[in-house]
Amino acid sequence: MEHVELFFKSIFIDNMVFATFLGMCSYLAVSKKVSTAVGLGAAVIFVLAVTVPVNWLLDQYVLQPGALKWLGEEYASYDLSFLSFIMFIATIATMVQLVEIVVEKFSPALYNSLGIFLPLIAVNCAILGGSLFMQSREIPSIGLAFNYGISSGIGWFLAILAIAAIREKIRYSNVPAPLRGLGITFIITGLMAIGFMSFGGMLTGGDDAGKKEEKSAVIEQPATPNEELVKEEVKEEVKTLANNTKVNE
Amino acid sequence: MGLLSKKDAKLITDPLADNNPITIQVLGICSALAITAQLKASIVMAISVMAVLGIGNVVISLIRNIIPSKIRIIVQLVVVAALVIIVDQVLKAFSYELSKTLSVFVGLIITNCIIMGRFEAFALGNGPWRSFLDGIGNAAGYGLILVIVGFFRELLGSGTLLGFKVLGDPIEKTGLYSIGYENNGFMLLSPMALIVVGIIIWVQRSRNKDLIED
Repeated sequence: MEHVELFFKSIFIDNMVFATFLGMCSYLAVSKKVSTAVGLGAAVIFVLAVTVPVNWLLDQYVLQPGALKWLGEEYASYDLSFLSFIMFIATIATMVQLVEIVVEKFSPALYNSLGIFLPLIAVNCAILGGSLFMQSREIPSIGLAFNYGISSGIGWFLAILAIAAIREKIRYSNVPAPLRGLGITFIITGLMAIGFMSFGGMLTGGDDAGKKEEKSAVIEQPATPNEELVKEEVKEEVKTLANNTKVNE
Repeated sequence: MGLLSKKDAKLITDPLADNNPITIQVLGICSALAITAQLKASIVMAISVMAVLGIGNVVISLIRNIIPSKIRIIVQLVVVAALVIIVDQVLKAFSYELSKTLSVFVGLIITNCIIMGRFEAFALGNGPWRSFLDGIGNAAGYGLILVIVGFFRELLGSGTLLGFKVLGDPIEKTGLYSIGYENNGFMLLSPMALIVVGIIIWVQRSRNKDLIED
């Protein structure tokens, strides 16, 4: 069940492009034609599915505070988490290179379609972002990490596919001259992101939270009007704060 | 003639407008959008990128003749990653709250396309001083857009600037709020960042017709 939840959550609710803006550079640069967009999207899914579990192992057994315990008791106090950026990016660069070599050897057809995109991917923020989010969200098992890698890759794939299709069609529309190209793409992406926000209600467990809120509201009613007003405002502030953090996540 | 010759000064002023990394070169957008809900975060991000890009450009330019060109991407990644780790540790030490707000986006400076782009396009072929100026200039152009977006999003979204309530107090109904003004909470959500950048591009390109794409 948690696998299904994580799967849909990473594709729709925490979509890499629309919720966290990861991989925007290649998203904007390579979305002029559907066929190239599909190639890059597939490569991203592939690399994310490989690097996120590898980095999960690295995080679990090398980088976390106390992760070196398996070497012996005297290593239990080490905290190497400050090295995570350099370790993650090194893993990603190596894995991309490795994947390129393996794919070239065993499937020249796939290499021809993915090949030119693979080096591009090493510096794609979506890949490093996937690993960093995996670390900061403390994904508990390697199965879930693999799932997270694949599903956030699929989310990215959907996004670039959609924008490429829209950009192919919009060439025939009469867009104001200064907005042509980049400008309109930004605004369309913004509108698509607003659309994707509606998936937020899909989260399981949303009903329980709603009920709790109702209950607390009932309890708060006996308070004097003044207090109530202040409380409501505090609540509102908390809400905006929560929104803020959401955005920043 | 002062410290900067005309050609050198152009390295700094060009990326601010006509060759802006975000609106013209379309680089480094990932981090530009996600952290601009508050002006303070945008400014800190701009300064961090400036430090990383300025120093990184100098380092790459100094070792440009001894890097074998086949492995230069890895070398560049290592240099950036080391600098970003320093920036991250400094942020954690001196403003922990802010480093929590920026969360993974400090780490994502590593894959900020502006940095790799400038290394490839400029630092590999120019001396350290010119590379330094180029790095500062491009980071300033990036920071400028960040600050503009952050300014509008914070002002319209929460009615504050750097945390100061410039439009009055929404609770006590002073200032603008006394005549019924309301904060537009939508500005704080992520899609609005894209639309604000889209509008900036629109304004810039209608002022300078040469930049229009066909």
